Amino acid sequence: MALPISYNIRNLLVRWRVSLLAIGGVALVVGVFVVLTAMASGFRIALRSTGRTDNAIVVRKGSTSEIISEISRENAAVIMLDPRVARDSDGRPLASPEILTFLNLPRKLDRVLVNVAVRGVAPAAFKVRGGVRLVTGRLFRPGLLEVVVGRRTRDRFGLNIDMPLKIRKSNWNVVGIFESEGSSFESEVWADLQTLAEPIRRTQDYQSIVLRLTDPGSLQELTSALESNPGWQVEVKQERRYYEDQSGSVTASLMGLTLFVSIIMGVGAVFAAMNTMYAIVSARTCEIGTLRAMGFSRSAVLISFITESILLSGVGGLLGCLLALPINTITSATNSVNFAELAFAFHTTPLALSIGLIFAMIMGVFGGLLPALRAARLPITSALREI
Amino acid sequence: MTAEIKPIHQNGMVDVQNVRKIYRRDSQEITVLNGIDAQVAEGGFFALMGPSGSGKTTLLNLIAGIDRPTSGKVFVAGTDVSQLSEGRLAGWRSVNIGFIFQFYNLIPVLTATENVQLPLLLTRLSKKERRERALMALNIVGLTDRADHYPRQLSGGQEQRVAIARAIVTDPKVLVADEPTGDLDSKSAHEILDLFDALNNDLKKTIVMVTHDPRAAARAKICRHLDKGVMIDSEERELKDGVR
Repeated sequence: MALPISYNIRNLLVRWRVSLLAIGGVALVVGVFVVLTAMASGFRIALRSTGRTDNAIVVRKGSTSEIISEISRENAAVIMLDPRVARDSDGRPLASPEILTFLNLPRKLDRVLVNVAVRGVAPAAFKVRGGVRLVTGRLFRPGLLEVVVGRRTRDRFGLNIDMPLKIRKSNWNVVGIFESEGSSFESEVWADLQTLAEPIRRTQDYQSIVLRLTDPGSLQELTSALESNPGWQVEVKQERRYYEDQSGSVTASLMGLTLFVSIIMGVGAVFAAMNTMYAIVSARTCEIGTLRAMGFSRSAVLISFITESILLSGVGGLLGCLLALPINTITSATNSVNFAELAFAFHTTPLALSIGLIFAMIMGVFGGLLPALRAARLPITSALREI
Repeated sequence: MTAEIKPIHQNGMVDVQNVRKIYRRDSQEITVLNGIDAQVAEGGFFALMGPSGSGKTTLLNLIAGIDRPTSGKVFVAGTDVSQLSEGRLAGWRSVNIGFIFQFYNLIPVLTATENVQLPLLLTRLSKKERRERALMALNIVGLTDRADHYPRQLSGGQEQRVAIARAIVTDPKVLVADEPTGDLDSKSAHEILDLFDALNNDLKKTIVMVTHDPRAAARAKICRHLDKGVMIDSEERELKDGVR
């Protein structure tokens, strides 16, 4: 029969100073783990929610990002007329040829200059790209030096409606703010394709074309058709997959960092928990002897001390999760593969919180195991002599 | 396979037969008990006296089943405890032995009732039954009004009474007491010894007690002396009512 859990809880409460130290250690490890995971997950979400599964993106063969891609306008015109490309009610292809450049803007928070992507889009872009909608203001008008700004760019650079924006020596005006369901477009500035093409000298080519497919299943067919044309030298991918692939290396680095930091800190926390549990066992040696003398088995003592250690680390884990939760309100940024800043919100997932808690429990088991074994193995007669 | 242990050649509730206990430290051998024989009848009250290091507590531990003899046999309540495995010994102790320690050994974070209930966790009793039994035991030692007090809120004498309640709550066959009055003032010690008398005379509990205190030993029906691991007398006193 196991000892009642209330016995463990009260023991921890009585030795609250020692307990708090161990809880704090575990909370710190779990907190850092959850924050780092939330960062990686937020970054992944920002790019994952970019792009649709029924869109295809066409870039120059071998281009690792849109910024180094180029497709001539002649070829683009033919590509957009492919029969697998859907058409709108007026019979025009649902295709968005796009160009991209950078702006060097000071961040609102620290005035550090960073790259912001400026995308030139055709009117069809708003139909082809799903989920992009204006929050305030209006859309830019073709021929005028007007831009709309993504929500995160507004927040991080303080760009608001009617504010001037210098793009390649000409002064543009912010006329609207848009959002795109948390995707990476919210970290960009959008302008009219033809109006932007002139100052950035992209009048002969585009950098990518996004195509809405009549049937998402026809992607393979389209890919084969476009990629097999030696004159075009293009590469076709599903749009969502394309952005996901771009997030891959950064997400993997972040997850690697998370794992590395968490393991290093976790080992430290295990030793701290172990130290605490050894102190607890030493202080209660006589109690252990008394319980064993009464007839409680070695396993009952072992389970009791491991339970106590898990309780300690469990509370630490919960505290760590609670401390990490407010991180959800924070937005950070990193450089995307386009060399522009990509803002993303930290995103703590139930999975990360659960893993954090399980991680805490594992720390508790390892931290408590050796001291618990010591407690269980003590000869009763020796234990009873320790007053 | 564990052999069935039969109570053979046993006299009384406790029968210690030619017991030796040798501790080995490095290459040194220290003989703590050397050929001890002792018997305690059912309902007996046995006191064991002797100087420090004479082996009293070691003998008590052997009878209580928390230590094993190097040779010889220890029969208690019909079982040769020296033959039981670790696991079976723990189970055996929970049924047959009630422990009373010099420093009470109460769990500081548990109330008096909870302390008394501890040995009952090893039984199949329900929570309600455990509490009822604990309150009954506390009633026997006269501490019902302190049931929900923690050890730190009790005097030494009261703590020892809680410890006695804990020892008797499972209705064990033998009570083993190691210096039960050693940490008490004379008034409290007197009260505890009165309680021992009542447990022995009214509840017919067999008591084996180690003590330095002659007043405590005087309450026993049999008193034996140990010195350097050997029984040095065979004085047995049948105490009559009023002779104390």
